Amino acid sequence: MTDTKKDILVLGIESSCDETAAAVVKNGREVLSNVISSQIALHTQFGGVVPELASRKHIEKIDQVITEALAQAGVTLEQIDVIGVTSGPGLVGALLVGVAEGKALAWAARKPLVGVHHIEGHVCANFIAHPDLEPPFLCLIVSGGHTHLVRMKDYGEFEIIGRARDDAAGEAFDKVARSIGLGYPGGPKVDRAARDGDPHAYEFPRADVEGAPYDFSFSGVKSAVLNELNRLRMQGEEPVTADVAASFQKAVVDVLVDKTMAAARDLGEKKVALAGGVAANSALRAAMQEACDRTGVTCYYPPLILCTDNAAMIASAGYYEWCKGRTSGWDLNAIPNLALGKKVGETGGRKQG
Amino acid sequence: MKILGIESAAVTASVAIVTEDVVLAEYTINHKKTHSQTLLPMIDEICRMTETDPSELDAIAVSNGPGSFTGLRIGAATAKGIGLALHKPLIPVPTVDAIAYQAYGYEGVICPLMDARRDQVYTGLFTSRDGAFTVCLPQGPRAIDEILREIDDRFPEERILFLGEGVPIHRALLEERLGDRADIAPSFAARERAAAVAALGLKYYQAGRAVSGADLAPEYMRPSQAERVREEKRAEEAWKASEAAREKKDGAPKP
Repeated sequence: MTDTKKDILVLGIESSCDETAAAVVKNGREVLSNVISSQIALHTQFGGVVPELASRKHIEKIDQVITEALAQAGVTLEQIDVIGVTSGPGLVGALLVGVAEGKALAWAARKPLVGVHHIEGHVCANFIAHPDLEPPFLCLIVSGGHTHLVRMKDYGEFEIIGRARDDAAGEAFDKVARSIGLGYPGGPKVDRAARDGDPHAYEFPRADVEGAPYDFSFSGVKSAVLNELNRLRMQGEEPVTADVAASFQKAVVDVLVDKTMAAARDLGEKKVALAGGVAANSALRAAMQEACDRTGVTCYYPPLILCTDNAAMIASAGYYEWCKGRTSGWDLNAIPNLALGKKVGETGGRKQG
Repeated sequence: MKILGIESAAVTASVAIVTEDVVLAEYTINHKKTHSQTLLPMIDEICRMTETDPSELDAIAVSNGPGSFTGLRIGAATAKGIGLALHKPLIPVPTVDAIAYQAYGYEGVICPLMDARRDQVYTGLFTSRDGAFTVCLPQGPRAIDEILREIDDRFPEERILFLGEGVPIHRALLEERLGDRADIAPSFAARERAAAVAALGLKYYQAGRAVSGADLAPEYMRPSQAERVREEKRAEEAWKASEAAREKKDGAPKP
């Protein structure tokens, strides 16, 4: 045995929502390329993601995005060791494009295939951003479709300790943004508007879920905002957009930070990471950092480009799953509501040959 | 040449390896399992059984629509992935053309009927006479009455062979309108088959119709529902605006 380990190159493919993405990552940590073809301009015309249009755009772009990712990394497909593809959760029609393409690519090129859980990918964005970060740690994943509090025990080993019972945090951002005329995508627009607003102008509720201290509920705060807007407009008053945005954002951020810090304290975790599209929110980053500093916990979050959907994070997760010996069969399917902790590589079915 | 044929436009999942002379292998399933789970294992199976290394494939022919939007994309993505890995061209084959090609040699007129929902069928008219397969009416969504009128206008005396998943739905009407002139395809030609996709794909390849993976996109023949709703809304607004303009000009509302 020599101590010179061969570098492992993973090609990651992501198409779970409105970004067509491919990336090449070395040893789960080093990004050689990270190509994203965004569809935001397309969906903005409709005020939100239209699943059928997203799927149509994915199939048009996927070959170009993969080719570009290989070219930017300066490698050929032959040099790739593993292909990782998001197989859930997400929009089923959108997922299927990446899954079918990734499977066919792996089959024809005789490479191992790994079905990757999208949320595990988001967590792994932190491995790319922070070379020294190692499990165990606590991770809050917040995006348009997900709000999960996850304990990462080891590479590829997760435990969900909290989740959204109704609207995901990002979903509440989108709905509130629409109601105050900010439009889609709501997250960055609320964030920007809130900078000029008073977070104490309105008092919106911070909800707890009875019997589940780490679970989240954001439909209440969303409804409270909509009701308040209604009330003001009935009285002939025009609400101050920046104040509504700031007050709503503070209500959501408070809950996210409080529950995460309570879990860190209860479980004795000394490291907290943020992930997902809403992890790009400046108020959430600042509040989490401050709460962590106050209690001697180290706070991690990825750069903005790795917060939103991308394939580098999928390649990283694919690497760690592959290291655990988990590969998928040619019958790998897209699973729109894939549960975290369910290992997509172990769904059964026929083995690769 | 070895052509891999892929068919997943509707309920049928079918894959085949075809040369100029022979169908080396074909694997066809008419069962409600998702194409995502069946298609690639089936391709893997026929390659193993025929000891074909994927690199021996010269081109990939794919049934490119119309059909189920998702089914078309699974077929297209599978074709694209294989083509990208092996640097091989893709051949988009109109789905209705490929169904018609299954009846190659039929003396009359060939009329595939795919269920297009919304009271329509995806259909076209084809002949295969004197060794030439001819598209007489290109594939498209039409009401069943519309295609029957086309048949009356263009081929009033001919025998017509119907095939495809739309046949059981419309069979009584076809026999009522055409009587003895209506032929119904036997089971082995009643649904899509990848051998026909690959064989017709080979002809289209020779005619220069191959494309790169980047240039392949399914032929949906229908906008998404979101686009349709938006178009209807725009049309309605345009109509209202023109009415308003007309009223303003004429000075009186239309009675």
